[in-house]
Amino acid sequence: MIRLNGWSAIVILAAIGIFLAYGGARALGEVGFWTLVTGSEWYPTIAEPRFGFVPLLIGSAAVTITAIFLSMPVSLAAAVFISEFANKRVKEVAKSIIEFMAAVPSVVYGLIGIAIVVPGVKEAFNLDSGLNAMSGAIVLAFMIAPTIVSISEDALHAVPNDLRQGSLALGNTRWQTTYKVVLPSASSGVLAAVMLGMGRAIGETMAVLMLTGNAARIPGSLFESVRTITGTIAAEMGNVVQGGLHQSVLFTLGLVLFAITFLINLVADLVLEKQRRRWRR
Amino acid sequence: MVTAQSHAGKGSFDLHDVSVTYGSETAIAGVSMHIEPNAVTALIGPSGCGKSTLLRCLNRMNDELGNATVGGRILLDGVDVYDKEYDPVELRTKVGQVFQKPNPFPMTIYDNVAYGPRTQGIRKRSDLDALVERSLTRAALWGEVKKDLKKHAFELSGGQQQRVCIARALATEPEVLLMDEPASSLDPISTQQIEDTIAELKEYVTIVIVTHNMQQAARISDKTAFMLRESMEHPAFLVEVGETRTMFTNPGDKRTEAYITGRFG
Repeated sequence: MIRLNGWSAIVILAAIGIFLAYGGARALGEVGFWTLVTGSEWYPTIAEPRFGFVPLLIGSAAVTITAIFLSMPVSLAAAVFISEFANKRVKEVAKSIIEFMAAVPSVVYGLIGIAIVVPGVKEAFNLDSGLNAMSGAIVLAFMIAPTIVSISEDALHAVPNDLRQGSLALGNTRWQTTYKVVLPSASSGVLAAVMLGMGRAIGETMAVLMLTGNAARIPGSLFESVRTITGTIAAEMGNVVQGGLHQSVLFTLGLVLFAITFLINLVADLVLEKQRRRWRR
Repeated sequence: MVTAQSHAGKGSFDLHDVSVTYGSETAIAGVSMHIEPNAVTALIGPSGCGKSTLLRCLNRMNDELGNATVGGRILLDGVDVYDKEYDPVELRTKVGQVFQKPNPFPMTIYDNVAYGPRTQGIRKRSDLDALVERSLTRAALWGEVKKDLKKHAFELSGGQQQRVCIARALATEPEVLLMDEPASSLDPISTQQIEDTIAELKEYVTIVIVTHNMQQAARISDKTAFMLRESMEHPAFLVEVGETRTMFTNPGDKRTEAYITGRFG
């Protein structure tokens, strides 16, 4: 039964891949995969349309990587606090807040971003518009925090207590014990947490669609408007001709996104498995 | 070069009416005894008689459990270690501990042993090298690992891992070394090696060892303290403490005799 479930997961994954490839077949045939992936212009609706993914890939990368850099220090600190320093009561409250953060719909994050972050970024950096990669990344940083916090916390929690005791008994403070023994011991789990956060960030659609300004061109800085892979698919899919080339190109774009998230999650899982095996001695 | 500190004559404990309470339950009460420097003192008694709890009082590791309260007075070389001014972190550099299960850190043998000294601010490579060699030598492991100090500690056998842990505890040059059933998870040969190590170590440190194994206590210790908890309603207490030879040949208390001859426990 378990094996059946395992296989069915693989079958479903393969089916998604095949479905996306099938939908993108026309684009892959007429434009070609390489031209799509390396093309630097995205003008899908002009008379002679240009379908280049590069601005979208850069848009997604800019927002995702910035979000990770913003979220990681705070999330990791939160995980360390919850796992190593908080007492039982505080731990429970903190965990339910994190769960609640994960449960907020992304469109609500988008609205909060529009109301607070966009004007804030505009003010703070003295810009004409706050609808840019930075605003998207800031809101995204909050959205991926629950993933990073809870998985890092699991990894820290899995470090055997023996090691903490051993370090304390050698005349180390709790803090020294945390950064000299516990964090290094949990490093691969923390890495996996960050990667899963990244997978979540790159797949996020609604909030970035609302906040990044959606200009599909290669940005010069984080304070310019960008368009992400997900935002493009969501914004344009409703306006395309059924069975047309544009629709097929969007399917291919979906296939690329699927491949990226699949790879990130796969690597994260392998890293996590390595971490689990470590304490099985 | 760090000179080998000699703690000869240092590292004596005096316990006055020590009790430990977890929440509302008193685990041990009324323990008064003297622990001699540069000798091996064995704490024996049946399971659950508070041996390990008493041991953890000596380096204040009970503090880390959160809900334990220690009563009475514990003096290390005449200084009350439970004084409000006394820093437990400081205490633990003087009173090291080896645990029941080998718990090397996930790093190299060298880094394991150098862990404590590095915390104490020793950074010079030659000083650390000397300390690592001396500690591993004292833990009777140097000959086996001197060529693979960069090896991950997890690759060693259980007995070797435990001796890395002993070396690690010795590297901070403690006055006292607490050992909580250090050989209980090891095979007979490793146990033998650990026991041989202990016999040599008392030249440098005071050793307090908790053991389940009466023969082991008889073999390695100079003094033996017998603890007992007669019922769950009453806390554990110290039945008697004395020269190991006397305790095992001519115990002063009937309960000691009964335990040692294997009539219970």
